[in-house]
Amino acid sequence: MSPRGGGDRSMVPEAEFRSYYGRPIVRPPVWTHDIASYLFTGGLAAGSALLAAGGQATGDATLRRVGRTVTLGALGASTYFLIIDLGRPERFHHMLRVAKPTSPMSMGTWILASFGGVAAVAGAAEFAPLLPSRLLRRVLPPAGDAAGYGAAVLAPALATYTAVLFADTAVPSWNAVHPELPFMFAGSALASGAGVGLIAAPGKPARRMAVLGAAMELAAGHRVEHGHGLLSEPYRQGRPGKLLQAARLLTAAGAAGAVLGRRSRAVSALSGLALLAGSALTRFGVFEAGVVSAKDPKYTVVPQRERLAAKTEVTGQP
Amino acid sequence: MGSNSLYGPIDPATDAGYVDPPPRMGFFTDTSVCIGCKACEVACKEWNLVPDDGFNLLGHSYDNTGGLSANSWRHVAFVEQPFAGDALAEAAGTGTQFLGMPLSDLPGKATPGPRGDFRWLMMSNVCKHCTHAGCLDVCPTGALFRTEFGTVVVQQDICNGCGYCVSGCPYGVIDRREGDGRAWKCTLCYDRIGDGLTPACAKACPTESIQFGELDELRERAARRVEDLHEQGVAEARLYGHEEDNGVGGDGAFFLLLDEPEVYGLPPDPVVATRDLPRMWKRAGLAALAMAASAVVAFAGRRG
Repeated sequence: MSPRGGGDRSMVPEAEFRSYYGRPIVRPPVWTHDIASYLFTGGLAAGSALLAAGGQATGDATLRRVGRTVTLGALGASTYFLIIDLGRPERFHHMLRVAKPTSPMSMGTWILASFGGVAAVAGAAEFAPLLPSRLLRRVLPPAGDAAGYGAAVLAPALATYTAVLFADTAVPSWNAVHPELPFMFAGSALASGAGVGLIAAPGKPARRMAVLGAAMELAAGHRVEHGHGLLSEPYRQGRPGKLLQAARLLTAAGAAGAVLGRRSRAVSALSGLALLAGSALTRFGVFEAGVVSAKDPKYTVVPQRERLAAKTEVTGQP
Repeated sequence: MGSNSLYGPIDPATDAGYVDPPPRMGFFTDTSVCIGCKACEVACKEWNLVPDDGFNLLGHSYDNTGGLSANSWRHVAFVEQPFAGDALAEAAGTGTQFLGMPLSDLPGKATPGPRGDFRWLMMSNVCKHCTHAGCLDVCPTGALFRTEFGTVVVQQDICNGCGYCVSGCPYGVIDRREGDGRAWKCTLCYDRIGDGLTPACAKACPTESIQFGELDELRERAARRVEDLHEQGVAEARLYGHEEDNGVGGDGAFFLLLDEPEVYGLPPDPVVATRDLPRMWKRAGLAALAMAASAVVAFAGRRG
């Protein structure tokens, strides 16, 4: 059997295993690309909310306004993608019947709902001057400030729970990477938020956020793509491999451009776009790698056989 | 929740909050006596009003069902294997039996010759009704629930088709039904066993390959059966899913197999993903802190 780890591909020969007519053992996810899109928009909402809160704290009105508005838009898109992917979209509110710590989707629903509540207030505050009601014009801006900080507190939870959502499944390549996936997604969310900042109001904070986010995403991504033996393979091969390679290039280029192109508005904006595209491709790549790992029984059988062999070695019993 | 709720041997009904529940019920499927008649598949469909799963010719021996799905809650696997010395057939002592399988000659007309170097494996697969059920753990609506018999059932009026259970199952059992949008799987005939009846598949099984009963009793019976088979020279007989300390805390439906589990399309060492959930949340918490810290660093040194 093939030895694990090391990331050395020559050490992982064509795996030998038996199967039932090559059919999958675990069921490939029924989720569509809507879920990959949600990962991106959810991360974007979280990153933008942090950007907005930073702008709010440092008195940068442009960052605050752009951050809150993008958060609101990304939140709307997230809700749409989540509901449309249900088998029974009209029953989406059944998610709110229970709060279940063993279900990352249940926890995520409550995180998204709470985040959505405060982010909506913060977003609405930006439109206060346009409102006809004097009361709203007076009450909304301070409420929006409080809500903006509330959204920033919840944003990291929104950006990282999706990693647990994927990891807590029988999908072999999602489950295996559970230690690094939250960092990959957190970095990706930061990078996308920084991308918004670089496009709308480039400045030192957005550049720093771009570098920190990209570094976190690339470092964690490297572990995902190389640290798990056979189960890292789907992240490097085929379509998901190409998506993730493009994501790495765009993210690295975006971070580099953010720093090196700081004197040029155009380069900053392009770097922002590269970061946003990189973040989106990361999510699609991770999504598709999981689907690939579920469709091929090799990724279920071989690691489980290795686990059994290791157990037998330790206990001396089959 | 007890300390063992995510992993290890527990009584699932008690853990789910039932006070003084009835004994845990389950299936023991002894594939050494399965004749591949598919009466279980048919009886299940009839009783549970499960729609057809398409009329396909898969080219997988006599298996044209393919696997468990939203529309197949029992699935009979067929494996044709090169195999020297079928001790099982020799143990029967009577040579080749006519089992109703299509032959190239009239039944009984073929001259009984020496057995070939070939054997059939047939196995009726079903939901395992795990002690730690991945599908149930991750269900965000509470549609999936633990019954007083320790089984796992979907409430169809609650399920909103999120599809999480489909990816949560380490056996690839539960599935979302096309056109319906909800998740479906074996209920261990919850509506029958509550009235003291045998589930439809076990009732219809002509060889008692599918046995229904109290899980403790089934486990004892299965251990004796394996011993008998080993004595008869069927060294390859082994139980699958019967151990309380396996990756899902013991299966409510377990099997006697004549080859490795993966040959039948079963995972060799399944582990419920929720076992590692506390560690996953911890890692996510760390990542969330790192993310918040990055934002603070990004804006540090700026004054409003």
